[in-house]
Amino acid sequence: MRGEQCLEVDGISKRFGEVVALDRLSFSIDGGEVFGFVGSNGAGKTTAMRIALGVLDADGGEVRWGGRPVTFETRRRIGYMPEERGLYPRMKVGEQLAYLARLHGLDRATAWQRTRAWTERLGVASRIDDEVEQLSLGNQQRVQLASALVHNPEVLVLDEPFSGLDPVAVEVMSSVLAERARDGVPVLFSSHQLDLVERVCDRVGVIQAGRMVACGTVEELRGGGPEQVVVEVSAATVDWARALPGCRLVSTQGARVLLELDDGADAQQVLRCAQAAGPVLEFARYRPPLTELYRHVVQEEGR
Amino acid sequence: MTRPRRSDATAVRLVAAREVTTRLRSKAWRIVTLVLVAMVVGFALVMQAVAGHQQPERVGVLPEARALAPAITATARATGQDLVSVAVPDAATARRQVADGRLDAAVTGTTGDQVRVVVRKRLDAGLEGVLRQAVGQMILDSRIRQLGGDPGQVSRAVASASVRTRALEPPQTFDPQRLAVGSVAGILIYLALIGTGQGVATGVVEEKSSRVVELLLATIRPWQLMAGKVLGIGLAGLLQVVLVGVAGATVGLLSGALDLSLSVTAAVVAWLVVWFVLGFTIYALVFAGLGALVSRQEEVAGATAPATVFLVVGYVVGISVLPSAPDNSLVAVLSLIPAFSPTLMPMRLAMGAVPAWQVLVALVLAVASIPLLVLLTGRLYRNGVVRTGARVSLRVALRRG
Repeated sequence: MRGEQCLEVDGISKRFGEVVALDRLSFSIDGGEVFGFVGSNGAGKTTAMRIALGVLDADGGEVRWGGRPVTFETRRRIGYMPEERGLYPRMKVGEQLAYLARLHGLDRATAWQRTRAWTERLGVASRIDDEVEQLSLGNQQRVQLASALVHNPEVLVLDEPFSGLDPVAVEVMSSVLAERARDGVPVLFSSHQLDLVERVCDRVGVIQAGRMVACGTVEELRGGGPEQVVVEVSAATVDWARALPGCRLVSTQGARVLLELDDGADAQQVLRCAQAAGPVLEFARYRPPLTELYRHVVQEEGR
Repeated sequence: MTRPRRSDATAVRLVAAREVTTRLRSKAWRIVTLVLVAMVVGFALVMQAVAGHQQPERVGVLPEARALAPAITATARATGQDLVSVAVPDAATARRQVADGRLDAAVTGTTGDQVRVVVRKRLDAGLEGVLRQAVGQMILDSRIRQLGGDPGQVSRAVASASVRTRALEPPQTFDPQRLAVGSVAGILIYLALIGTGQGVATGVVEEKSSRVVELLLATIRPWQLMAGKVLGIGLAGLLQVVLVGVAGATVGLLSGALDLSLSVTAAVVAWLVVWFVLGFTIYALVFAGLGALVSRQEEVAGATAPATVFLVVGYVVGISVLPSAPDNSLVAVLSLIPAFSPTLMPMRLAMGAVPAWQVLVALVLAVASIPLLVLLTGRLYRNGVVRTGARVSLRVALRRG
């Protein structure tokens, strides 16, 4: 059941000459959901976002918001951060943000009020009268984010919002995204920083050669794989783990071993064997990080 | 949350307002305006100084040559020379006054058919002619008297001889002052058009190279961005032309350098403004369309060269032909064509004597070309502006998209 604020990308396709950039790509983001878009360079993330914003036209398919096709009029309510950062280098930060807010339909007073509020929030309020090109790259990035937020958008589409940010700015950025989602805004962003995506996103979509090859919560992406356990035993060698019944040794790291259990194998049996070998320091179910899941998905697809 | 619909006009107005404020605040715009104002004011003052320098030639006449004085002044008057004769008491005074420049020449005496003149360096050709004729007249008079005739009667008879001509194609007469004003108008409109045209192309490329265009096009339509840009830069350019035109005309009239009526001067400035508006619209559209094909400032000049060539050709033809041949028929034909009329028509109008039908044809053609250009350059712009990277070929950009 999709809410009123749901952003749906329904079967969009795009070709550039002979190159197929998008092949019937579909996914949807509910209001209040943070959706992470991952994929290698050239997989089609940016093209999909540019189509959603109307900067590019799709060859086929449709983008809907709240059940209705996204029109020019509704696009103004989307906050957009293009992959290629774009601001007038010689324009003052404050004037630039207020100008963009007014282009989105805000009146002068509201535009300035929001400009002040967002520069304050993003820590660039003191630079409001400086030209953009005088700012450091990190601060330009903050201004760029402010430009995506200044008109109080009802949908956020951010292409690589975290690239080039220092750790403090990353924290600010992720808290802003979470906050906007709490207000019921669907948030779509792309990133190569998979640990960050795993931490910030409710759901993740993996795009490969213009197609969505995996989509869901990180937990759902983990689902289906064999059960694995990490065990560390205070023993001279890891030989105890080499010939256990019902499981296979995947890797070792010092005294730590990663074991993959066969279907129906009993983890408790493994624990008993470990205790027999020596004092057990660690015994846990292994939850592969998104990085590993991603590599797995991409390799599967590549085959 | 609902928000008011932002009309198309508002988007164009916002874009235009940004362009105007950016320009009026920029140092470059202010400097160019000041330089142009200084140029026309300086030109007016130089013209005035040159005009003020033409003082009459002063010719000193010693007592020995006094008989020649009336003949000298009469001949000078008849040949249009500006000359006064001054009585000088003796040769020493004459030499001193010629040496220090108070006199241009001194006639020290005559012997038979010779006249002796002292000058500082060389005798002015015009003055030499006057003196030669004066001496000749004197000799002629004395011979007539010797033969018992009346020199006065002969002179009158000679003076009454005349040639009556009837021209089949009466040449148009042009006031040299207006020719000069026309040249200045030509230089001014050329500089204004090339400056603002390049400004449009550079502005379009600035948005492409800084990638801000992607952010803008997620909010407003390409035509709104293009229209706002052209309008804004045009208004700033118009202000420049009006400032420079009015400053030049005012200084010219007040200093006395321009001996034109107020209505003629006002008409020259008004036509300048009209043709700037038309020329700017025509050229700005083309410059915007061509500028959208490239992504880097270094490529702007190359991409806009086709438009620049037309502008330069119109200007060069006008400035090199019109001052010496203001009624040249080739220039008259060119001045009707929209690509050339913005530079040639204001020059011809400032120089005077343009048939009304030609003005009308040029205006109609220029205005009629604008919707066509909007269609064509709008497509170039729309197709070019989001394609960053390599230069977009005209063929690709003109595709229906």
